Amino acid sequence: MTSATGIGARVLRTEDKRFLTGTGRYVDDLPLARATYAYFLRSPHAHAKIKSIDISAAEKSPGVVNIFTGKDLVDAKVGGLICGWVVKDKHGEPHKAPPHPVMAVDTVRYVGDTVAMVVANSYDEARDAAEAIKVDYEVLPANIDLAKAFDKGAPQVHPEAPGNLIYDWEIGVKADVEAAFAKAAHVTKMDIVNNRLIPNAMEPRAAAAEYDKGTGNYTLWSTSQNPHVLRLILSAFVLGIPEHKLRVIAPDVGGGFGSKIFCYADETMVCWAASRVGRPIKWTAERSESFQTDCHGRDHVTHAELALDKEGKFLALKVETIANMGAYLSTFSTAVPTYLYATLLAGQYTTPLIYANVKAAVTHTAPVDAYRGAGRPEATFVIETIVSKAAAELKMDPAELRRKNFIPSTAFPYQTPVALQYDSGNYPPIIDEAMKIADYPGFEARRAEAKARGKLRGIGFSSYIEACGLAPSQVIGQLGGGVGQWESAQIKFNPTGNVQVITGSHSHGQGHETTFAQLVHDRLGVPMDQIEVVHGDTSTTPFGMGTYGSRSLAVGGSAIMKATDKIIAKGKKIAAHLMEADVADVVFENGTFKVAGTDKNVPLAQAVFAAYVPHNYPLAEIEPGMDENAFYDPANFVYPAGTQICEVEIDPDTGIVEVIAHTAVDDFGNIINPMIVEGQVHGGIVQGVGQALFEGAVYDKQTGQLLSGSFMDYTMPRADNFPSFKLGYKVTPCPHNPLGVKGCGEAGAIAAPAAVMNAVHNALAPIGVKHVEMPATPLNVWQSIQGAQRAAAE
Amino acid sequence: MTISVAMTVNGKSVSGKVEARTLLVQFLREHLGMTGTHVGCDTSQCGACVVHVDGQSVKSCTMLAVQAEGAKVTTIEGLAPSADKLHPMQEAFRDNHALQCGFCTPGMVMSAIDMVKRHNYVLDEATVRRELEGNLCRCTGYHNIVKAILAAAPAMKSAGV
Repeated sequence: MTSATGIGARVLRTEDKRFLTGTGRYVDDLPLARATYAYFLRSPHAHAKIKSIDISAAEKSPGVVNIFTGKDLVDAKVGGLICGWVVKDKHGEPHKAPPHPVMAVDTVRYVGDTVAMVVANSYDEARDAAEAIKVDYEVLPANIDLAKAFDKGAPQVHPEAPGNLIYDWEIGVKADVEAAFAKAAHVTKMDIVNNRLIPNAMEPRAAAAEYDKGTGNYTLWSTSQNPHVLRLILSAFVLGIPEHKLRVIAPDVGGGFGSKIFCYADETMVCWAASRVGRPIKWTAERSESFQTDCHGRDHVTHAELALDKEGKFLALKVETIANMGAYLSTFSTAVPTYLYATLLAGQYTTPLIYANVKAAVTHTAPVDAYRGAGRPEATFVIETIVSKAAAELKMDPAELRRKNFIPSTAFPYQTPVALQYDSGNYPPIIDEAMKIADYPGFEARRAEAKARGKLRGIGFSSYIEACGLAPSQVIGQLGGGVGQWESAQIKFNPTGNVQVITGSHSHGQGHETTFAQLVHDRLGVPMDQIEVVHGDTSTTPFGMGTYGSRSLAVGGSAIMKATDKIIAKGKKIAAHLMEADVADVVFENGTFKVAGTDKNVPLAQAVFAAYVPHNYPLAEIEPGMDENAFYDPANFVYPAGTQICEVEIDPDTGIVEVIAHTAVDDFGNIINPMIVEGQVHGGIVQGVGQALFEGAVYDKQTGQLLSGSFMDYTMPRADNFPSFKLGYKVTPCPHNPLGVKGCGEAGAIAAPAAVMNAVHNALAPIGVKHVEMPATPLNVWQSIQGAQRAAAE
Repeated sequence: MTISVAMTVNGKSVSGKVEARTLLVQFLREHLGMTGTHVGCDTSQCGACVVHVDGQSVKSCTMLAVQAEGAKVTTIEGLAPSADKLHPMQEAFRDNHALQCGFCTPGMVMSAIDMVKRHNYVLDEATVRRELEGNLCRCTGYHNIVKAILAAAPAMKSAGV
């Protein structure tokens, strides 16, 4: 069916009205009668022994209801927070798993580690009381510098992880790769840092909880991307509250980008304390707390080498990475720099041999986990910067070198040497389209024109591949993942013909309430305004895995399609009965069941009504009601791919990099709502450019203080940092899901950093600058220019 | 110690007893239950809390409730002329997909309206981008917000708002 509101249409979002009129309902907005307010006392030290905690003065502070410390949790036998993915090291041993207490007991391990929880009648009173808690710390040396984390004598973070090593993991056969390097005509080498980022969803994390003494039921409202997974972790591993006694609700959530996937200490405490306090508890992070305690992203130190033959064909890639885990292993932290990173190192290329070694380190910094792209931006940055560097060294056009090595469109399904099997793709038309939109042939003229104005102009490519739509559950299980990766859907008609589409995924900006309704409208013919998409409440939604890794449409949307199939199948039986026809003769078209070749028809709404008021209904053969569940487990990852081209101008006197143009051409498979997809790409590009030019979490290397701990210190991308973007699409439908869709949520952030940095290096190459680290701030760029000029003078 | 404060919010007279340190945004959210205005930071950077005070856009986290004594305050809840009609700026945000998670949106819309009026309904892309310096969005990449504001400026003029 095609219609103005069906698949492929730019349907305006149904969720917008409430957000535009101030009637959205986020966790902090909840009115809870008799609520108390929590404030968490955080460690001011990166590493210290807690010698004593004296709460006596704080307890007398006005309005205080309760104060809890780590010892209370030990006494109550509360479990620690968990890491849900067991990565086996190169010897087959599971990763080191140091305990992660919900609140620190005798040691604090990063600035922001949770030390005490104060509950009071108001938030200000809780905060005032926290200031009166006396903690006697014995400050210890801290392990902050990732590049030195494994050095002999480095301060140790956990006795359970000797040498600060969580795992030493590898993929590929090193000897084969070394042999290929020995025969190479050219080897390009590179040392890079993938800078640490702070996600900064605009809504700070928040939690509220209520305990019903009569039933023993807990309700936890949380800013979660995956309420069922949060409940499962809290029930099975941390708090021991039976799953059926804990309801987790993630209402409107103000952005996530990965940072709201994980099970955090604060929401755990709010839930646990609700029954002890006997009144509802509310907590919302101050932005400073978000900076200190949200899981950070990226943070790799990498050495990479690419071997090429004399024609420029890639022979082998070798990558050594140290990945920062922070002080504790967060929920999915171990998987990010392994299965979501090294398995992507083939990129869009036929590189036959790849070896990657990843060593994960613990440091006295905030935990690091998945952040928009999660491993795939890091992989893309390695591949796409080394390919451009190789092109520059070989004096080849960067597009030409890429084209020479692209996996040909005839080679799909394509087995890479790093485990993944790409299902579909056609890369050359993508880069062609991007070069056309970006007017690549006109670049040298623009460079000359900029030079005449005293500016250095550069252009950079990034041709990314990503694996998203996680993923076949059996594969995830074999790789050590602790959960399944299917998604659920329920389509529940009401007797009057309107419908609830209930999904186990969660929307926190992605527009599922519109996109998912389009699917059902398109398939079943129900008008858009008769469809309500329900998500985010463990009591009203079937168990589902939530939203991350660009999975909601590919996996959750596919589950919805399966459920519509079941609705149609049941509807056919009802309609056959009503039309006194053979079910085999009934077809479903444009929302109506028909008998082919006759004018007999039964609209879906009539079949639905008959199912709920079954006066004339084949009750002996089919059950009443029109309410179908489906679960969809994907057959493979999906593999969006694309090319971004960034064009920058640099002022050599100030080091300021200006993004002049940024083009993205993507293959997301079939597109349900182009308007929403474009929005995802825009936002992703800005986060990616943010990583390249502005953002960086900076810890003082001695004290472990977070120096970039507020919006005054951490540069968030702003509107005037960007031009308007130019987008294009190419479509190769995904062959293994019913919608033919791939994911679009992370692509922008995955591809952009390399495109920008390749442009920066392209701009600076004529004046001899070899390397600029991210973020390419004015200071970094200016210092690189000065260094190159000094070197040239010597 | 509490202080009495009275003001007009979205055309209605309101009053309450607040602590001296109570911020205008806390008064709106916690005392009046008007949670459309959001708090996204603690350093007056993000702009999620922008409201209009006597016709000027103000970060309501940067103003004490008592400073708004006697003022006319407009919040995101007070913009739409009726239940089924949006303000042209709200309409433009919807038409141009200028919001995703919706958290920065109230502040964006309030800032944008003030921007259009200060520039006498005539704006260009560079001006809009520069003027958004005090409003952060992490979802949209600003692209569609800029488009929406450029579309809303003439629409506001013809609607006379």
